[in-house]
Amino acid sequence: MYSKDGQSYYIVDGHTHFWDGSPANQINRYGEGFIKCFYDYHSNLSPEEYRWSLEEFERYPEERMIHDLFEVGYDDVAILQSTYLTDWYVNGFNTTEQNGEMAERHPGRFIVNGRFDPRDGEAGLEKLERLHERWHLKGVKVYTAEWKGDSKGWKLSDPWAYRYLEKCLELGIRNIHVHKGPTVYPMNRDAFDVADVDDAATAFPGLRFIVEHVGLPRLEDFCWIATQEPNVYGGLAVAMPFIHSRPRYFAQIIGELLYWLDENRILFGSDYAIWQPKWLVEKFVDFQIPEDLQGEYGVLTTDVKKKILGLNAAALYDLDVKPEFQVSAAPQDSGPAVGAAPEPLASSA
Amino acid sequence: MNASAVQAALATVRDPELDRPITELGFVAAIEITTDRVRVELRLPTYFCAPNFAWLMVADARDAVAAVPGVRVAEVVLLEHFVAAEINAGVAAAGDFAASFRSDGLDPALAELRLTFERKAHTAAQERLARALAAAGAEDLGGLAMEEALRIAPSPAAAVGRRRAALGITSTYALCDDAGQPFPAERLPGWLRLARTVRVSIDGNAVFCRGLLETRYGLARSA
Repeated sequence: MYSKDGQSYYIVDGHTHFWDGSPANQINRYGEGFIKCFYDYHSNLSPEEYRWSLEEFERYPEERMIHDLFEVGYDDVAILQSTYLTDWYVNGFNTTEQNGEMAERHPGRFIVNGRFDPRDGEAGLEKLERLHERWHLKGVKVYTAEWKGDSKGWKLSDPWAYRYLEKCLELGIRNIHVHKGPTVYPMNRDAFDVADVDDAATAFPGLRFIVEHVGLPRLEDFCWIATQEPNVYGGLAVAMPFIHSRPRYFAQIIGELLYWLDENRILFGSDYAIWQPKWLVEKFVDFQIPEDLQGEYGVLTTDVKKKILGLNAAALYDLDVKPEFQVSAAPQDSGPAVGAAPEPLASSA
Repeated sequence: MNASAVQAALATVRDPELDRPITELGFVAAIEITTDRVRVELRLPTYFCAPNFAWLMVADARDAVAAVPGVRVAEVVLLEHFVAAEINAGVAAAGDFAASFRSDGLDPALAELRLTFERKAHTAAQERLARALAAAGAEDLGGLAMEEALRIAPSPAAAVGRRRAALGITSTYALCDDAGQPFPAERLPGWLRLARTVRVSIDGNAVFCRGLLETRYGLARSA
């Protein structure tokens, strides 16, 4: 919970990790490269006083995470997004089991999201069922760039991915968080292409697809599909920290998202431990679109901020939010796209 | 052969995704010239930067340097990247992209990927031109001739012209689609709105990549 200027904000941190990227857990140079890449993100976009050493960043104790999220941070609830990467890390980067055990020690604080990998075939479907039984999943995180032996990536439109999405629907796991990373294969296509999300969102109107990092670096492709698919959402992890170092760019991202998606389908996330919710929430509540951009993008109202910081995610995860945090009209399914769909770019014709 | 000719050749190589010269982006880490041999080292903002774009930049840089008069051997190597070994070996052998990686053999070459991003660059450049024209008070942008645009906003109009040349698009209009057709008045506002998102995305990525490169290699931070 965060309060300022007589307003109270319920905070759902839609994207957090309790990882182990330490050298002891690294299998190969890819595991080392991955955590170092995260560390550069962290160093580049964090305010000076929030920067950690690489050693601190590779692996941090549970107490520190609780402190950063809930004691000095304003998170009411944080969603743990499981990220396995078992080809790169001995015990995985952070698995559902590891996240779940930690979450159980802090009742009411965490939502544990599972994961699936369509390349696990039939056995993986059973494993997903067991994960659901044990952790009562309401969501999963999938990482399409994850390596698995010779395979260097997969797509949500793959036939086996559909089998898993059908299973999610059957189990009541309705929130599918999708993380696009630089897949190695197929090499000749854009690795960050979100066209497969479009495909799956159309095929599964009963599921919600939360595209993490709002499709960055393909904001335009993400906006385009989100306009057409009412069950596509945008997670702001990675976009949020620009609020500090590149506020004008942040204003443009938010402005574009609000135009194409409307304010009911954008979710806050810190991507902890890459960034911390304390400064992100403080800066976001204080943030306004710069005056010279307001003609194009309008302004961010308190209600919009409340929705993005927590109410939208609370609606997806059936969280009970006290009336004092609500906005005048409770968030609802935003229905068909609000931004009028223009002609597609001729290149996509 | 002089160093400035090599530098100028490298400045013609663009990051296809960010639509900027690799020299401006700080991707050229070193240039070494020994009589008629040139060795260029390239670096990227992250260890996991998309391999297909990395390949295009290394291959383009090699072609550009090899074309400099007096160069007998051009070697371009990518540093500290997760598939640097495959890319360096493949480009050195002037192999095609698919052959350097395991593949089902069905992949077309990278031409289509490059085309997609050249079209995005053309779209973004046209959006910048449209803004400049509107700011100068120009009306009926959909019907405006390129000749007129060059007079009103010379620099952004010339930038559009360069991208059209790369794409082989010919049009007498200031704004046109990928087939060279002008936009009817009723389609223009919607197209411009989407074009703006493309421009914001490309510019934002360039800023982010630049920042990550600075962090990764401890360079002075740009404004």
